[in-house]
Amino acid sequence: MADPIVEVTRLTKFFKTLKAVDEVSFRLEPGEILGFLGPNGAGKTTIIHMLLGLTTPTSGSIKVFGLDLEKHRSEILQQANFSSTYVSMPYSLTVKESLEVFAWLYDVRRKEEKISELLRIFEMEGIRNKEVRHLSSGLITRLNLAKALINSPKVLFLDEPTASLDPDIADKTRTLLRRIKKERGISIIYTSHNMKEMEEISDRIIFLHKGRIIASGKPADVVQSFRRQNLEEVFLQLARGEKA
Amino acid sequence: MSLHRIIALFMRHIYLYRRSLPRLMEIFYWPFLDLLLWGFISLYLVRYRENLPNFVAFLLGALILWDILFRSQQGISVSFLEDIWARNFLNIFASPLKPLEYVVSLMLVSSVKIIIAGTIMSLLAWLLYSFNIFLLGISLLPFILSLVILGWAIGIITISLILRFGQQAEVLAWGLALLFQPVSAVFYPVSVLPPALQAIARFIPASYVFEGMRGIIHTGSFPHHELIQSFALDTAYIGVAFLFFCLVMKTVKKRGLLAKIGE
Repeated sequence: MADPIVEVTRLTKFFKTLKAVDEVSFRLEPGEILGFLGPNGAGKTTIIHMLLGLTTPTSGSIKVFGLDLEKHRSEILQQANFSSTYVSMPYSLTVKESLEVFAWLYDVRRKEEKISELLRIFEMEGIRNKEVRHLSSGLITRLNLAKALINSPKVLFLDEPTASLDPDIADKTRTLLRRIKKERGISIIYTSHNMKEMEEISDRIIFLHKGRIIASGKPADVVQSFRRQNLEEVFLQLARGEKA
Repeated sequence: MSLHRIIALFMRHIYLYRRSLPRLMEIFYWPFLDLLLWGFISLYLVRYRENLPNFVAFLLGALILWDILFRSQQGISVSFLEDIWARNFLNIFASPLKPLEYVVSLMLVSSVKIIIAGTIMSLLAWLLYSFNIFLLGISLLPFILSLVILGWAIGIITISLILRFGQQAEVLAWGLALLFQPVSAVFYPVSVLPPALQAIARFIPASYVFEGMRGIIHTGSFPHHELIQSFALDTAYIGVAFLFFCLVMKTVKKRGLLAKIGE
């Protein structure tokens, strides 16, 4: 068995007295898309923030590429990237300038070439000189995803990346992510409230509720184990605390 | 005109002030500082009115130098706020960037802003009032550097406080440097201040700079002593500011505030 890309052990986070994440352990295997599901406040985003070193865990350990995140944060993030629908790009910069900033931040070689490639992949060549403030939220999300690939990461952390996209672009984005995963072998941790999307894109899912893992496995297996038709029904059952 | 709609918006702002100490303090802060500053300027004019041969040079020189300090601080705090306003902050901190690299980049931005603002101010003073700040000589440059370092230190403390206390502390980006103005003896000598404020002024690097500038205008001689004291204090200020920033970063990561301010 190959070494995991991410290995999280008994990760716990308290915000004052609130236990936001409760002894969560999981592994992200090479080339895998791992989906995090759960109602609002389940701890999905907090886990992603801890994986990025933006929030310090109360206890537990995070290893990425076999390295301890606390000690090797900068080294790890050089090979990782992140995109969230709740995070934007510099408003007053153009699409190209924004990507240039991040190309410098990640010390990307052949910056121009990389930016052109991403603009082509995300069908944004025509707006390369347009200021971010004039883009629709869907286009900003695409730009954020382009930014997330600027350093050719080995692992991607995507927090509801398709939340503000229309069904057409959301579908294109999922297709693109699957293609990138296949071609480049990227591992992805993915959160979404769209159950159909999670069923479609994830190799494995983890259900979180009140900071704890309450179910995990392949989407089809989880649906079957709960004797439901689809993930949405499972989600509603788990979120409402109903018994199987 | 609908009264209930006007009341609704009035209430919206009153609610805001009721729970926010920084916003509430802001109401008193500006008038208090204005009163202090203009009060001491008036005292200075009354006390020394017969002995003010270079008053225009004092005032314009002081104004240009104060603006350099203010721009230096703003270069740090407003550039930081730009990323918060653009909701781009998390993208930056989710990268391999280290906190100190972030601060150094803001210091660079601040330097560019100072050069541009300083040049424009000096040019305008020359065009409008025939005041050439460079007649004060090259000796003014180390004093300018001292002000820039103090501005950076105040800027770093400002962004640390915004990180810690969030949006409600944004007002500090414009206000914190001005807290130093009355005790920096910008437009009047330290001797005009009451003894308690004179004691505080001794710990403010800018007070030595402005005293030094007046010394250069008045006597033409270079005040070495003031320069050494201002740099010694600057070193302490910038050291404390860096330390404070690192401590705040640790705290905000622990409390999950870094992620919160970025979204």
